[in-house]
Amino acid sequence: METTLIPRGRIGIMVEAEAISPDVFQGLGIGEIEELEVWQGPERHPLAEFFDVEVRADGSGETRIVIEGDVSRVKRIGQSMKSGSIEVHGSAGMHTGTGMSGGKITVEGDVGSWAGMEMSGGLLTVLGDAGDHVGSAYRGSWQGMTNGRIVIDGNAKSQLGGGITGGEIIVGGCVENFCAIRQSGGTIVVRGSAFRGAGAEMSGGTLAVEGKVEQISPGFLPAGQEENPKLADIELIGRFERLTGDYAAFKNPKGSLLLKEV
Amino acid sequence: MTRSANMIIKNGYVFDPLNDLDGEVMDLFIRDGRVVGDLQAGERRNAKVIDASGKTVMPGGVDSHAHVAGAKVNAGRLMRPEDHYRSVREKTRLTHSGSGYTIPSVYKQGYDYAAMGYTTVFEAAMPPLEARHTHEEMRATPILDMGAYLVLGNNWFIMRYLKEGDIEKAAAYAAWMLRTTKGYGIKCVNPAGVENWGWAKNVAGLDEPNIHFEVTPREVIRGLAEVNEMLGLPMSLHLHANNLGHPGNWETTRDSLTIPSGLAPANRSEVDEPETKLDCRRRQTVYLAHAQFNAYGGTSWRDFCSGAPELARYLNQTEDVVIDSGSVPFGPATTMTGDGPAQHDLYVITGQKWSNTDVEMECGSGVLPFLYLKTSPVHSVQWAVGLEVLLLIDDPWKTIMTTDHPNGGVFTRYPDLIAWLMSKRARDETARECHKWAYDRSSLGGVDREISLYEVAVITRANPARTIGIAHRKGHLGPGADGDVTIYDLDPASLDSDDPSSIRSAFGRPEYTVKDGRIVARRGEIVAVPEGRRFYTTPYVDEDQELEMMADVKEWFKYYTVGFANYPVPERYLKNPTPIAINRPLEAVVRR
Repeated sequence: METTLIPRGRIGIMVEAEAISPDVFQGLGIGEIEELEVWQGPERHPLAEFFDVEVRADGSGETRIVIEGDVSRVKRIGQSMKSGSIEVHGSAGMHTGTGMSGGKITVEGDVGSWAGMEMSGGLLTVLGDAGDHVGSAYRGSWQGMTNGRIVIDGNAKSQLGGGITGGEIIVGGCVENFCAIRQSGGTIVVRGSAFRGAGAEMSGGTLAVEGKVEQISPGFLPAGQEENPKLADIELIGRFERLTGDYAAFKNPKGSLLLKEV
Repeated sequence: MTRSANMIIKNGYVFDPLNDLDGEVMDLFIRDGRVVGDLQAGERRNAKVIDASGKTVMPGGVDSHAHVAGAKVNAGRLMRPEDHYRSVREKTRLTHSGSGYTIPSVYKQGYDYAAMGYTTVFEAAMPPLEARHTHEEMRATPILDMGAYLVLGNNWFIMRYLKEGDIEKAAAYAAWMLRTTKGYGIKCVNPAGVENWGWAKNVAGLDEPNIHFEVTPREVIRGLAEVNEMLGLPMSLHLHANNLGHPGNWETTRDSLTIPSGLAPANRSEVDEPETKLDCRRRQTVYLAHAQFNAYGGTSWRDFCSGAPELARYLNQTEDVVIDSGSVPFGPATTMTGDGPAQHDLYVITGQKWSNTDVEMECGSGVLPFLYLKTSPVHSVQWAVGLEVLLLIDDPWKTIMTTDHPNGGVFTRYPDLIAWLMSKRARDETARECHKWAYDRSSLGGVDREISLYEVAVITRANPARTIGIAHRKGHLGPGADGDVTIYDLDPASLDSDDPSSIRSAFGRPEYTVKDGRIVARRGEIVAVPEGRRFYTTPYVDEDQELEMMADVKEWFKYYTVGFANYPVPERYLKNPTPIAINRPLEAVVRR
């Protein structure tokens, strides 16, 4: 089943739409989908107030959702989704794919902050840029993404992969501050550069930065050089320096910071 | 306070230990919010009738030790957004929204307790300087009747008077403080030790003098226990013993509990005596908080084991101690105590985020998130110890069931505790799921005792009420008691201790919670939101002693960051203020 949502116009106060998820849409008729509740500020509205809904049976068992247009003012698209797929032909708002455990989200534009927060499975692909806290822990928590994969083709802002314990995040562009803060497992690859605090309070896992790290965290010690280091199925080409840390936060940390030599 | 509320609860199995009722099938009558022997014909006609046939009826639950209001609770809320994120309560026509699992917002807390059949909850530790804050939060807590214990075990004035051997002045100070802060009773946290925490130290033994004041834990415990009985307070000294949370601490605990020996319990509160079969005044002179955290054996975390059998052996021989359990049901918790150094120890062990506060001349506190895991050997022993202290002490009138919320776990887990206590099978099932230390390092595996519904009523309402001195109106269902009643969908005739899940669900979601003769919760849903009462005590000493003491207080007040005039909690801070008078001076009575 394929459901197409076409935004009806500019949205004022941001809409919180965790109902936009294949698990919720599965088995529903067009009328039921139109009546699904979303929040706007303190008010509940039917989904049809913000979207024209079209449903097309495509014979496949998979539930697909296609959003035709800009939904950068719609939050929580695909939150907690377990299966199926969402394609956004535009930009999506905050918390896209938060807590997802399976399925696939593809955003052709940008995503807001907290994309893939605490996700535990599935694939989130963003062709544009991302905001802060991609794949990170919720505020106050120290456990971020545990599994799955996030691919950002553009740039991401600060605290990408904060508290990540498993899974992979691959950023085609650059990141800002405190990328991989409190990382304890999993893999983060940044093809561009990072600013300060990369790997701060890291205790495990790997952060690879191919561009420049503006200010390297002081708690990292050199642990040798490597040619084309292997990170699961992710290709790293060139000569990398390996650093271990963060000794500023832990006595015996196992975090690896791979920096490409230029 | 509420509109006249007449009610008849028909045909339930009534468990009312203070009136020696062990599941008698009978009717209960409530007139104007209070239990009466019978209703007149006219009153019966307009009474709300609840058919409790085949159901278990108990007095409303009483939690005598929980951290539910004040600065450290709020510090916990502030530092744990992750605790609130996934635990959200939607607002209804009647109720506020709320959030928080281990440290719920005040509204959610009130609703959750009421929905679980509890109507009275006392805050376990109110630093005097934070009294206003504590009362503000209690004021915003719906439904529950509440009070708060005043933390005095490291108070500069108390320590100074005890060092000088001036017990009368210490009593005068405590009396003035209780009236001034609208406190309920005396709480003593890590006596003499928290003061040392100001210098990053603790006290190692009961006879180690602390820095500057040079008083020992023993002197503080004995002194405050004497002060407590001199003033004739409704509750005995409430002790959070030294050496909390350390392997091998059960001996410190036992030795601490012997210190008030020989004192006579003297609850001289001036209240209307009800007609209960058992004496509704306390018989203990010390009430030990969260025994689980103070009943450890071994010498380190490697040979850590339960010390509960040894501690229980002592408690089985003495009549002057009551404990609450501080049990650990596994799962998320937020540790928060006035015991600053103990919290620092936890920080060193866990590396978790940690908040610490020094409360000027009075006490300290610390807050730290915690997760009890079944896979952890130490946590599994803690689970076992928390049940041992309730099962190995033979007389249920010496025990109270708590989780030291939210230190050992959340109060909403009480139904799990009841299931473990009532069902050996439930314990064995959990022991199989958790680390083998649970049974290997404790005696719990060999304990066959399964407590009865009568004993459940003792440790969750009758005894907490009597221990803290409110059994004249709480914890029983005799004439004169408040019309607080909980009706559980549990038929004692077909109760099966091998079916713990039915016990759990019955205690988790009572059919009815009745407060002052009004139904406040029905099958987990809040249906009325009355305002609770705030209990506090107003003890008095000789006027000359008070004047002398006040001169010292005013002189030392220059060291406080607040002005003397801003220190007291005015009565208008309290919803339905309900003072309990003790030793009221004659002239004060006349003036009234």
